[in-house]
Amino acid sequence: MSITVIYTVATLSVIGTSAAVILYFVARKFNVYEDPRIDEVEQNLPAANCGGCGYAGCRAFAEACVKANDLSDLDCPVGGNETMNKVAEILGLEAVKKDARVAFIRCNGTCDHRPKTNIYDGATTCAIASSVYSGETDCQWGCLGYGDCYDACDFDAIELRADLGVPRIIDDMCVACGACVEACPKDLIELRKKFPKDRKVVVACRNQDKGGVARKACAVACIGCSKCEKECKFDAITIENNLAFIDSDKCKLCRKCAPVCPTNAIIEENFPPRKIKVEEKEECNTAK
Amino acid sequence: MLKTFKKGGVHPPENKLSSGKPIEVLPPPASVFIPVAQHIGAPATPVVSRGDTVKVGQIIAKSSSFVSTNIHSSVSGKVKKVDFQADSSGYPKQGVFIDVAGDEWIDEIDRSDELKKEFELSGEEIVRKIQDAGIVGLGGATFPTHVKLVPPKGMKADVLLINGVECEPYLTSDHRLMLEKTEEILVGTQLLMKALNVEKAVIGIENNKPDAIQLLTEKSKTYQGISVVALKVKYPQGGEKQLINAVTGREVPSGGLPIAVGAVVSNVGTAFAVYEGIQKNKPLFERVVTITGKAVSSPSNLLVRVGTPTSVLIEAAGGLPENSGKVISGGPMMGRAIASLDVPVTKGTSGILLMEKEQSKRKEYIACIRCSRCVSVCPIGLEPYLLMTLSEKQIFDQSEDAKIMDCIECGSCSYTCPSNRPLLDYIRFGKGKVGQIIRSRKK
Repeated sequence: MSITVIYTVATLSVIGTSAAVILYFVARKFNVYEDPRIDEVEQNLPAANCGGCGYAGCRAFAEACVKANDLSDLDCPVGGNETMNKVAEILGLEAVKKDARVAFIRCNGTCDHRPKTNIYDGATTCAIASSVYSGETDCQWGCLGYGDCYDACDFDAIELRADLGVPRIIDDMCVACGACVEACPKDLIELRKKFPKDRKVVVACRNQDKGGVARKACAVACIGCSKCEKECKFDAITIENNLAFIDSDKCKLCRKCAPVCPTNAIIEENFPPRKIKVEEKEECNTAK
Repeated sequence: MLKTFKKGGVHPPENKLSSGKPIEVLPPPASVFIPVAQHIGAPATPVVSRGDTVKVGQIIAKSSSFVSTNIHSSVSGKVKKVDFQADSSGYPKQGVFIDVAGDEWIDEIDRSDELKKEFELSGEEIVRKIQDAGIVGLGGATFPTHVKLVPPKGMKADVLLINGVECEPYLTSDHRLMLEKTEEILVGTQLLMKALNVEKAVIGIENNKPDAIQLLTEKSKTYQGISVVALKVKYPQGGEKQLINAVTGREVPSGGLPIAVGAVVSNVGTAFAVYEGIQKNKPLFERVVTITGKAVSSPSNLLVRVGTPTSVLIEAAGGLPENSGKVISGGPMMGRAIASLDVPVTKGTSGILLMEKEQSKRKEYIACIRCSRCVSVCPIGLEPYLLMTLSEKQIFDQSEDAKIMDCIECGSCSYTCPSNRPLLDYIRFGKGKVGQIIRSRKK
């Protein structure tokens, strides 16, 4: 009995030891060196895996950061400057300060502004609807309202507004990952510079039709009249294809362009009310 | 036992309301909009400009590549402008607006009704004339006919199939054409046979048109090589691949063209257009359109100039019924609802169907219950429920493996689904995306 035990223990010990020795050498031979800084960087990332940086996930972004010689092309939109400073510290590099961004849906074609001219009753996703029809209104450029952007958002930053017919971005929740930008088949969503107090002055329209056609389809369409372009002192506004565009990086929020717009296509948000036309403004704010 | 295709198929109610109505000529409207893209392939390039005077049959847009066709004016008058107008999808397409004045035809066109049987043209000359006359497949897909008649190198057709199936419910334009232009279709068939250099042509007709079968069988006896086959009624027998399978028993391989099994298919309407194009020098600028619907006061078959607004056709059939829900260009299975009544008739418009509100509403869709009815009715043998899910989840590499590109978009799956799932909507979307992926891979 005791001999059997001894034999068993001895055999297993020999097998165990030899396997350990083999494994040791195999591990040495096929060792894959991984920079420990990758783990360290990854731990400081938000772990949202949203892909907003352009990489497959936070791990892939961490690998890219460690490989890079400077961080100017790399940015984690979710973490912002704070995260990038930490990453730079770990890697001993210089962090490049970047402006925070926020998504904006450039269509204000709510039910009141855009009359319906037909009814679509097919599959309710924007991707399918836009591949089959131009939309339920005469504006072929505007929001369809089926919420592909809402489905794409991992951060609950988009709300579907049945009362408006177009979704709205909740600025506080938006991390500017760009998932909605990809999802929108009408290319309505733009990542714009985030100003203090979420203030913004923006052309909420993508209609590239000629003025008359655009105006007929939607009361608040940009008609490309270029009045705002003339008004702007900072060259922030350009007109292309009958459509004005305000470059948020050049815009100084002077708000001179909004009053001259004949169709109210330029939206100003989160500003204190103007001195003139106080009543109108208040009404608008309560509607939001 | 009548012939039919093997796999799948459905039996929607036929509703051929206008089958007893002779073809009437609709006079040219006050103004037309003729799109430059009325066919599969590259859009034609406009060759007229504002203020030009045009005659009926004059070329207004030239074919821009091999897979493209000429567009001819369907009316005489003054070109108002060359501009964009929304098509049935609501997206603007380029075209020529013409204000109609009189009805002056170009001199080359022979406007007599006399039947002209004899021709002494070679195959190449016929193909060239078909190309010049802007003839496309009039069954609905509008593929340029001259392209079909030139088989790729190393392939040879041995049989021409003439499609007189008209399996779409409601539509009767091909039926009426077969009854009223019987000999013209047979001569057109002979011209196509000569162009293809084949000895044999078969006209396939579904058994719900016994008068057409009888008439064509009788008349075809004097034409060498042409025979008529009666087919069992089943949708989508009018699909190219289904017709080949029904008549010859051959199966077109996945991803292949009908020519791969030695067959070329043309519609009866196309055969008639070929007759007119070659024997009468008349380019394709008008076609027979069925205007129908349960609430329409007088469903009819009209000979309509291309470019005529849909509203004019509806007026001719007794006006828009009060409880209309949808206006569909084409048949109820494969046609598409149009977003505006200004949408013009094009070469591919086989019918205008006015559906009542109740009829046209889609029911709310619920979860898939895995009954696999869509699989059993698919004439290609695909798994529509799977293709829909893959499109929904945007897994396009797997949908390609599941042969999404072989889908003929007949809609049998959506028609038969007990959960009212929009299978075809999703499959079409997936097909578009997979097509893009395949094209980008080739580059």
